[in-house]
Parts: sequence; structure tokens; C-alpha cells
Amino acid sequence: MQSVVAKSMIALTSMAAVFGAVLAFASRIFAVHRDPRVEHVLDLLPGANCGACGFPGCQGLAEAMVKGEALPNACPPGGAETAAAIAELLGGDAGDVVPRIAVVHCKGGLSNSVQRLDYEGIEDCRAALLVGGNPKACIFGCLGFGTCKAVFPFDAVELDEEGLVHIDRVKCTRCGNCVVACPVNACIACQLCVKKCPSDAIYMDDNLAVIDYSKCTNCGVCAAVCPTNAIVDEIPARPKAVIGGKCEGVGKCKEVCPVKAIEGEPGERHEIIREKCIGCGLCMEACPTKAVNMVGALGHQRAKVGALEQD
Amino acid sequence: MDLGQLFAIIIGAIFVSNFVLMRFLGLCPFVGVSKDSDSALGMGMAVIFVMTMASLVTWFVYNYILVPLEITYLRTIAFILVIATLVQFVEMVIEKTSPALHKSLGIYLPLITTNCAVLGVAVVNVDSFMVTDLPRNASFIYTVVHGLSAGIGFTLALILMAAIRERLDLVDIPKSMRGIAITFIVAGLMAIAFQGFSGLKIG
Repeated sequence: MQSVVAKSMIALTSMAAVFGAVLAFASRIFAVHRDPRVEHVLDLLPGANCGACGFPGCQGLAEAMVKGEALPNACPPGGAETAAAIAELLGGDAGDVVPRIAVVHCKGGLSNSVQRLDYEGIEDCRAALLVGGNPKACIFGCLGFGTCKAVFPFDAVELDEEGLVHIDRVKCTRCGNCVVACPVNACIACQLCVKKCPSDAIYMDDNLAVIDYSKCTNCGVCAAVCPTNAIVDEIPARPKAVIGGKCEGVGKCKEVCPVKAIEGEPGERHEIIREKCIGCGLCMEACPTKAVNMVGALGHQRAKVGALEQD
Repeated sequence: MDLGQLFAIIIGAIFVSNFVLMRFLGLCPFVGVSKDSDSALGMGMAVIFVMTMASLVTWFVYNYILVPLEITYLRTIAFILVIATLVQFVEMVIEKTSPALHKSLGIYLPLITTNCAVLGVAVVNVDSFMVTDLPRNASFIYTVVHGLSAGIGFTLALILMAAIRERLDLVDIPKSMRGIAITFIVAGLMAIAFQGFSGLKIG
């Protein structure tokens, strides 16, 4: 009995020792040199992995900063202090940090807004909107259930007794999570749609965008550029433009393209950047040589994201 | 050893008793790394390598350490030791040679350590080629070929799944079914399709 135990232990221990030695040796040979500055920069960053910088987490931003692909002021939540500290570590200028702070514009609290209906249910803006729309008479009003509060990485949101959301200007880290989380698809009067509409069908009325349906061509450009998704594109999927061999490089398509998805020199065959094309079909109508075709009806959502990133 | 037997082992491991779709081993990376075909291919290659090497090393460990010492009942823990070492080794090599692949495999590379498909291959090898009265060299070749084919079968299932999921991204799926839900249904349908291979008679 003893010999069995001893035998098992010795056999396994010696196997483990041999494998351990092999691994130790291999780790010497295959050692990867890591830039120690990445760790230092990572320590200086807030570490919330909020993604406001556009890089995959703080680690991604730290690597990009060390490589010189991102400026020291690329972290919006970090603010000027972080930027200065990183600039000191890596050398170079911190650059200006323009603070951007989330603001809830709605001031229609419980005392001064009319309730359209009495909502009783899950205390969540998204749930309330699904049941009967906004309980307030103003359908663009803040619901005040604090769905945005849940997504704040730094706990900057407070609800007051009026049922309105207040954002702590100091704690707000400009991550933008709350803007995404807020289900109220309210027009914020940014006028992007007015500027982008190729047929001048959108005008502003009382700080809200209004579409003139007699002029609207259903191109979908406004829905693609709207940052709050307040404009809904009812066409479920849109095609992509494709330029065929008949193209003589007139350049009309390039002029009319609302998302700058067409490239090419005059006189040469132009090309569509598929990721940017939102399938509005304006280029097809504009082309005098009928070289543009619309193909397929998939991927509209992706094109929409691409168009937003451009602006 | 004859070639017909070898052929039967290869087809058997890839199709008839595919480790993912017929034996239901290694489902974690099957669902986790099948989002795009590039990382699926990378993961598949890593698994092929680990399975082949694991089969090879476990053959030696079993026949030259466990059998002479009469401690074959320790095969599970011994095999886990071998596989864990191999995975660590593969991870080091990939991190050195292809950082991009290392990044895209992410958590799943160390997870090969606990990938039951790899341990499954080692255990199946013992049961079908080592405790039988096959000659030594035949048992060795069968073991390594079986490990390689099992890895290829895993990769095949993974790449098929990744290709399907890439197409699913463009499809209008009901909201509640998106993501993992539809993936499980697809996996089930694929398993049913592979069930068809069980009628295959070789040799």
C-alpha cells in the first residue's frame, strides 16, 4: 500500500518537474518584450474602460499612446490632469482638453408637467416607454426612472424629488454612455439632418426637426446622421451602390453623395466605399451615364454606424 | 497496421464521431470563438496542434511511465499535466510569433487547458489503441493520426459555425433570438446533420 502511494507521488512529481523545467526554458526563448511605459500610462488612466476614447479599453488607449497613435489628451474622462501626467511621462505636449459634459435639458419636473398617463410598473425608462410611451404629456421629456444612472461608470447621476435627472458636472466623465442608454429618442436640435438633407425637406420648428413629406425622397440620410435616433428609417434594409464599367468619371455622384462614400479622380472610374454607403440611391439618379446600380439590401445598419463615425 | 484502418480512423474522428458535434466535447470554445472565421481558424489550428502533440506525448507517458509503474489509474491527472504544459507552451509560441492571433484568441487559448475535447482525445486514444493488443508501432501511429483528425474535426465544426454566424449577422433575426440563442439552435441543427454520418460504413 505504501509503495503504491510513494510510486504515484514520485512518478507524478517527477513528471511535473520535467514539464516545469521545459516551460521555464521555453519562457526564456519565447520571452516577449513589453514596453514598460504601457503599464505606467495604464496606471495614470482612470481605468473605467468606458470606451469614450474610441480605443478598446484603457489598455488599448495606453498602447496607442505609447506608440504615438493617440495624443496624451485622448482620454475624455481623464481630463487635463491625466493628460498632463501622461504627457510628462511620454514627453510632448498635453494639448488642450475641451471638457464635454452630459446635460439633461428637460426641466419638466413632476410639479410643472402634465402626466398623460399613470405608469405603474418596472422603474425603468425603457420599460415605461414600451408600455404606453412617455407618461409625460411632452413625449420628449425626461422620464426620470434613471436608466442612465445604471450605466454611469462613475456614479454621476442623481434623481431629484421632481423626478428629473441631474448630472454632477464634476463627476461626469464625458463617456457618452448615458446618451446611448437614454431611450427617449428626442430631437436635440443639432440640425445635422437639416444640413445633410439632400432635398432640403427638413426645417427646424421650435427647436425640433420637422420633415416636409412633400419634398422628402426617402433617401434615409437624416436617419443615418441623427445622433439620437430620433428619426426612424422605416425601410428595413437598404442596398449598396455599385459603379459599373460605364463610368466616365463625370463626378456627379461624388457631388451628390451625402456621406462622401464615393472616391475617384475626374475622368477616371469612381469607386464606392461600401462601409460608408447608406444606399440612398442619390448617385444613381445623378449619374448621366447610368453607370451606378443599387445591389443587395443587407448591411444597412452597418452603413449607418459608419456614417455616424465620419461626422 | 493497414491503411484502410487508418482511413477509417481519420473519417471516424472528423465526421462520424466528431468531437464537438457528436461527442459534445469542447463546446465552450465552439460557442465562444466562432464569431468570425479568422479567429476560428486560428483557434482550430491551435487545437489541432495541441491535440496532436497531446496524443503523441500521452502515448509515451502512458506506455513508458504509467504502464511499467502500474499506475494507469492515474492517467487522467497525468494527461491533464501534459495538456496544461502543452497549452502553456503553445501560448508562449503564439504570443511571440503572432501577437494579433494571441489577442484574438484571448481567453480561449488558456481555456484549451480545460478543453475537455483534448482530454477526451487522450482518453479515447487509450481506450481504443493502447489497452488493445495492437502492435506498438501501429498503436503509436493510430494514436497520433487520431489526435490530428480529431483536431481537424474540431476545426471543421468551428469554421462551419463561424461561417454560419457571420451570415447570421446580416439576417433579420427576432430580437430575443439574437446572439447565443440562435447559436445554440444552429449548433443543434449542425449536430443533427452530422448524425447522418453515423450510417457511414468504412472498410
